[in-house]
Amino acid sequence: MRGRRLYLDGVSVVFDGFRALNNLALVVEPGEMRAVIGPNGAGKTTMMDVITGKTRPTSGVVTFGDLDLTRMDEASIANLGIGRKFQKPTVFDALTVFENLELALKAPRGPVACLRWHLAGAGRTRIEEVAAEIGLTERAHDRAGILSHGQKQWLEIGMMLMQDPDLMLVDEPVAGMTDAETEHTARLLARIAGRHSVVVVEHDLEFVRALGCKVTVLHEGTLLSEGSIDHVQNDPRVVEVYLGR
Amino acid sequence: MSATTLHAPPLSRTRLGLRALMGAAVVILAAFPLLNMLPQDNVLHVSDFLVSVSGKWICYAILALSLDLAWGYAGILSLGHGAFFALGGYAMGMHLMRLIGPRGVYGHPTLPDFMVFLGYQELPWYWLGFQSFPFAMLMVLLVPGVLALVLGWLCFRSRITGVYLSIITQAMTYALMLAFFRNDMGFGGNNGFTDFKELLGMPLNTGAARATLFYASLLTLVGCYLFCLWMTGTKYGRVLTAIRDAENRVRFLGYDTTSHKLFAFVASAMMAGLAGALYVPQVGIINPGEFSPGNSIEAVIWVAVGGRGTLVGAVLGAFSVNGLKTWLTSAAPDLWLFVLGALFVAVTLFLPKGLVGLIQGRGK
Ligand SMILES: Nc1ncnc2c1ncn2[C@@H]1O[C@H](COP(=O)(O)OP(=O)(O)OP(=O)(O)O)[C@@H](O)[C@H]1O
Ligand SMILES: [Mg+2]
Repeated sequence: MRGRRLYLDGVSVVFDGFRALNNLALVVEPGEMRAVIGPNGAGKTTMMDVITGKTRPTSGVVTFGDLDLTRMDEASIANLGIGRKFQKPTVFDALTVFENLELALKAPRGPVACLRWHLAGAGRTRIEEVAAEIGLTERAHDRAGILSHGQKQWLEIGMMLMQDPDLMLVDEPVAGMTDAETEHTARLLARIAGRHSVVVVEHDLEFVRALGCKVTVLHEGTLLSEGSIDHVQNDPRVVEVYLGR
Repeated sequence: MSATTLHAPPLSRTRLGLRALMGAAVVILAAFPLLNMLPQDNVLHVSDFLVSVSGKWICYAILALSLDLAWGYAGILSLGHGAFFALGGYAMGMHLMRLIGPRGVYGHPTLPDFMVFLGYQELPWYWLGFQSFPFAMLMVLLVPGVLALVLGWLCFRSRITGVYLSIITQAMTYALMLAFFRNDMGFGGNNGFTDFKELLGMPLNTGAARATLFYASLLTLVGCYLFCLWMTGTKYGRVLTAIRDAENRVRFLGYDTTSHKLFAFVASAMMAGLAGALYVPQVGIINPGEFSPGNSIEAVIWVAVGGRGTLVGAVLGAFSVNGLKTWLTSAAPDLWLFVLGALFVAVTLFLPKGLVGLIQGRGK
């Protein structure tokens, strides 16, 4: 089993007196797939921000293996093997789909290395594979700016795959996708899990059920419930704050 | 998973068209010094004035190109690029001053006239070495480069971007201007350097010298253009574009954007320094006015008018705006600043992609 264990404990994030995360604990084992659900504003995205170095926690422990993530910047965390798909897909509009994927491809990241970069056969094959996997082969040489919302979602998932990270943080991957696309995404993520740890944030409970993994419910920045989808759906606290509304 | 092979698409026609435009401009310019040798009554005769003024414009085009690399590709809107240009110019000026030797008004064997006048007993340490051409050329690149490295490192590391970065670069050129105005800096105060005699053993006030400097500038322009074209065509160039459009996102892909921006900023500053060094022997003077904030802003307008992020646009913009300026400052000198301002507003509102955008729009 490759990868390290993600460990969060006692994590709080305070924005101007507002507690977006409140004493949050979470453990994701290497190769595990985990779904995170919770009402709007529960702190799901903030949790990913903390893991990826975008937001520094006000207090608490965030480690990946034995590495303290709260002391590292975004780029170092990414190079450690933590990839992320953002809730609002952000791809590089001026570049083509192919170029977006090439930029994400695991390779030396320095300026000189990039100047001397030559896309070799293995890298090209990998890009072609991922382009096919995300259904964008036909659009490979179109600028990413002209893709539809769903296609941008796919491209961002593709860019995460290109990085080949040990841990993937996937924020609302199926927003704006058709049912068929949603199903395809669930299959894709299920295939990835096992080789990589995956944390998926999603509102769509059918999708979460299809993933068939352990579910964590967040509410007001804390862990409310954890277990199988059936367990959390029947947890009275969850029913009260989230599902019952 | 089976995968279809993805072939890179051929270069678009508009992009090829722009390169052809650049090539044509270079060929026409290259003919200027030759056409200058034709008799005056020949229709193809190019006047001394046009040769010397276009030699200056070529230097401006190099400056514009350097700015386009920083702004058009890496998204660093520098309002202080004139400072790098001026520093390159001063480094060349120091070399030219040392070459005057005992031919100055006071006839001092080593000290330039202004130093004798100010009562210097010996050459300040930072003037040592400038009698050597290779050393001076090294400084032409190194001084702007190191300044860009330090300033860029401080700003990029602290994630200062956008307007704040622009204001800092503008403040930098202003501060340098004030510093260079001071006599005790040892750079000739507000008079700067002038009365140059020769360069590389070639007397400067001859037609041959003018033509040589003209071709040196043109070659440098072509070299810088090809360098930028190569650089922006690599994955590094695509990383810069990505940083320009969504810097934070690039960080999450594992790129240390600070080092990428620094690399581009330093390369750009060195290019600007080179432009200044070619400019000074052609105009025969360098003074602190070259640091004035207005110069840097004008350079930004050239790039905006030509179309940023296209390289050819920067060159086109430098030539067209300066052509207009030369014509207008003789026809209606008071109007120039108004026209320049109006031009900038008009381009921003109606031609966001500049003249190049106009050409590309036609090509479709
Ligand atoms: N930078 C910030 N400054 C101030 N408040 C913030 C900031 N980022 C997030 N918040 C607040 O923190 C809370 C948690 O936000 P977060 O985006 O993590 O929620 P979420 O669970 O991802 O919600 P959604 O399902 O809507 O995406 C929200 O109330 C949000 O307004
Ligand atoms: Mg969210």
